[in-house]
Amino acid sequence: MPMVNIAGKEVEVDEEGYLVDLSQWNEDIAKYMAVEEKVDLTESHWEVVNFLREYYAEYQIAPAVRVLTKAIGKKLGPEKGNNKYLYELFPYGPAKQACKIAGLPKPTGCI
Amino acid sequence: MSDMDDMDDGSGIIKKFMFLNRKAPHGTVYALEGLEVVLITAAFDQDVSLVFTDDGVFQLMKGIDSKGIEVKDFSKTYRALEGYDIEKLYVDQASMDARGLTEDDLIVDVTVLSVDEMANLMAEQDVVISF
Repeated sequence: MPMVNIAGKEVEVDEEGYLVDLSQWNEDIAKYMAVEEKVDLTESHWEVVNFLREYYAEYQIAPAVRVLTKAIGKKLGPEKGNNKYLYELFPYGPAKQACKIAGLPKPTGCI
Repeated sequence: MSDMDDMDDGSGIIKKFMFLNRKAPHGTVYALEGLEVVLITAAFDQDVSLVFTDDGVFQLMKGIDSKGIEVKDFSKTYRALEGYDIEKLYVDQASMDARGLTEDDLIVDVTVLSVDEMANLMAEQDVVISF
């Protein structure tokens, strides 16, 4: 699988650019992935990225977008737990793009 | 990506699906693959039941440590099922008894069924898929 050099460290990514070993994840990798995805990381983006990392730590999967939306609504409020808000942050799909930035695998059920 | 919720293709047929988990969590790929199928099926808004029987009851055991065999411990993922609106989890009483397990040993809330109750539940299903 391809290797990329991020902030002086060699990391392995899969053919779609997702991090292979999520224990390697750090903020530099998040920023690199964000540039790849053409996402300008703001506080609001980090909130979702950090939420995803907590979700993964608890359940060992990346949630499907429907599940992510619902869970965000519960934790951060209904004004954030909706498709419009999440797609504005991550135009090419909150599950796909935010998971990549968070260093998680592509969500199961993301067909 | 799945946005099935927002689409109306006019089908709207809801069938009763049962996923029958019969094998120990590790050693074969059945348990993990079965779980992935269940998570994918959840996107289609069907009536889903999960049954754990025989060695399949071990899939739900608390405190699994898979580090020594260098595979991912996916047992925590069963706790995510609620968020996927999959709330019907059943275990077979006889399988639990034979392995010295009680509900307190499991990481999720389940309904324990006798053989007869299980047979009735199976008879109600449209589709039964075994892993």
